[in-house]
Amino acid sequence: MTDAEPAAGFYERIKAYEGQSAAVGGEGRDPVNSPMIRHWCEAMGHLLPVDGSAPPTMLQVWTMAGLSGHGDRSGPYDELLGALDAAGFDAVVATDCEQEYVRPLRPGDRIVFDAVIESVSPRKTTKLGIGHFITTRMDLRSGGEQVGTHRFRILKYAPAPRKAPGKRPRPVVNRDNAGFWNGVSRHELLIQRCTGCGTPRFPWLPGCNSCGGQAWDTVKASGSGTVYSYVVMHHPPFPAFEPPYAVALVELPEGVRMIANVTGVPYDKVRIGMPVELEFAVVDDELTLPVFRVREGV
Amino acid sequence: MSLRRPDALGGRAAIVGIGATSFSKDSGRSELTLAVQAVRAALDDAGLSPVDVDGLVSFTMDTSPEIAVAQATGIGELSFFSRVHYGGGAACATIQQAALAVTTGVAEVVVCYRAFNERSGRRFGSGVQHREPSAEGAALGWVLPFGLLTPASWVAMAARRYLHTYGLSPDAFGPVAVADRRHAATNPAAYFYRKPITLADHAASRWIAEPLRLLDCCQETDGGQALVVTSLERAHDLRRRPAVITAAAQGAGRAQEQMTSFYRDDLTGLPEMGVVARQLWRTSGLGPGDVDTAVLYDHFTPFVLMQLEEFGFCGRGEAADFAADGGLEIGGRLPVNTHGGQLGEAYLHGMNGIAEAVRQVRGTSVNQVPDASRVLVTAGTGVPTSGLLLGRAQ
Repeated sequence: MTDAEPAAGFYERIKAYEGQSAAVGGEGRDPVNSPMIRHWCEAMGHLLPVDGSAPPTMLQVWTMAGLSGHGDRSGPYDELLGALDAAGFDAVVATDCEQEYVRPLRPGDRIVFDAVIESVSPRKTTKLGIGHFITTRMDLRSGGEQVGTHRFRILKYAPAPRKAPGKRPRPVVNRDNAGFWNGVSRHELLIQRCTGCGTPRFPWLPGCNSCGGQAWDTVKASGSGTVYSYVVMHHPPFPAFEPPYAVALVELPEGVRMIANVTGVPYDKVRIGMPVELEFAVVDDELTLPVFRVREGV
Repeated sequence: MSLRRPDALGGRAAIVGIGATSFSKDSGRSELTLAVQAVRAALDDAGLSPVDVDGLVSFTMDTSPEIAVAQATGIGELSFFSRVHYGGGAACATIQQAALAVTTGVAEVVVCYRAFNERSGRRFGSGVQHREPSAEGAALGWVLPFGLLTPASWVAMAARRYLHTYGLSPDAFGPVAVADRRHAATNPAAYFYRKPITLADHAASRWIAEPLRLLDCCQETDGGQALVVTSLERAHDLRRRPAVITAAAQGAGRAQEQMTSFYRDDLTGLPEMGVVARQLWRTSGLGPGDVDTAVLYDHFTPFVLMQLEEFGFCGRGEAADFAADGGLEIGGRLPVNTHGGQLGEAYLHGMNGIAEAVRQVRGTSVNQVPDASRVLVTAGTGVPTSGLLLGRAQ
């Protein structure tokens, strides 16, 4: 974010715009009128008010400049945006607005307005990037009386660079489990089996949890399995994964369970009891993983 | 400790002092400073001074070694120092270690402590993406490449199976969160003081690791908590009503893993907590009906339900009904986590829950259960764990 690392005193400089005007002597392009109220209500699916007044939430309709742009903007507001642009905060997003309605607006009301730069936030770090929030407050009047207030907030920010997709976490391979991962690289799923008592075991360990036997061989999994449980991951995000995604605990007929991803269905369609079939996913040059595809017809 | 017989530890030691820092999201202090401040506060509470201390116990995960804490508090020579492993599962076991030391004369006054900047520093909830190829690292290596990377996700796998087995929806976890937050709402020390939630709030909170929602997950905290343990004899000469260690136990299950015990049993219980429960009941001669209130480890709500079943407060699959309709709240079937728990008060790896159990025995909790004389406390769930029964001196 080097181009958004402004000089010392930058915040003091932009904060000085607080209280300065953002628009002066603005006039609505049209008076409040019935056709606009009707079009807006139809577009928004809003009931047409029976007394012919404008729905209060239309407030901004009567002040917007239209396609021609922001002719009513004041010098200070443009200067503030220009200063932020120059400091590298050259992207903008509207974040929220708050409105107050003093009285109903009726056809024929002519709206005039002024706007003030109400606040400029300190530097904030957001998911979009680092920037400053700017809040303006527009006061709307008609016939000399206040009819409403429209408070509008934008974030001027330096877009965070998009991270390259990260690598998946690697298996943790050591002398006790290397046989499993060697098998996976040959597209074989190997389950340990105690040669003393015949108990299958997973995860891989040097001895048997049933009889303590230290001798073992391996059985190649047949490849069929059933979803025993599953989780849908939403938060926090990790570089190699795009949430939401499902992770399953798969039970194999050989008598063991293992964690794996389920393929062939969207994350929200994974269910306990689903029959699945082993396959091998080549994740990158160095990593192949066993995954389970939901069987056809499920 | 025994898997089959009552042990001889029960009733011979007591917790005589408790002390904590404030619980915050950014302490602005080092973890060692937090530990030292908590230890000093606990000694002040007990009416003891650092020179009285000859033993210190903490967690293997703690970053403040006993010798550093001793130096910075004015504690001199130590005849006993120990650390307990397995994250939050260590909590009650630190007290057990201290009790073992003071009842055998290995030490006279032992302080147990845990302090961290878990919110502003290293956040456990941010997950694990790499482990060294030790046996411990390899155990987690079976799940990491598939994207099962966070404590919430490891708990969620068992929680999903529990819901499936008993025909429940994720809403079944709501009453646990609501009870915690109700209690926190009246506890000024709680982060969520005056911020109760409703079942609707729970049901509307966003997914973290389905079936866990945001409000099923405990908060993250900066802070420290310490507790002072000495023999029951010496406890009688001190200023506070002793919280007698009626029973203390550790437990690990068969085919136990740390948080990822997916390969055993039916995933609907916590066998390691079953080991703890059997030993606590056996040594104390008490049962679930004798407990006035409980502090059940609540980093995630589903395991509170499973603990109710492991301790026999209700039958298998009945905990959701037990917890419903305010069952875990003050005035309910079993008031649980009267300080607000780790969801409501603070996440201090269970140590703040032991302090609450002490306050209940003393009669000084902000959410006091009338005449509470027997309190159950548990440590981290989903890991090898521990538990305590605290009570009043006869």
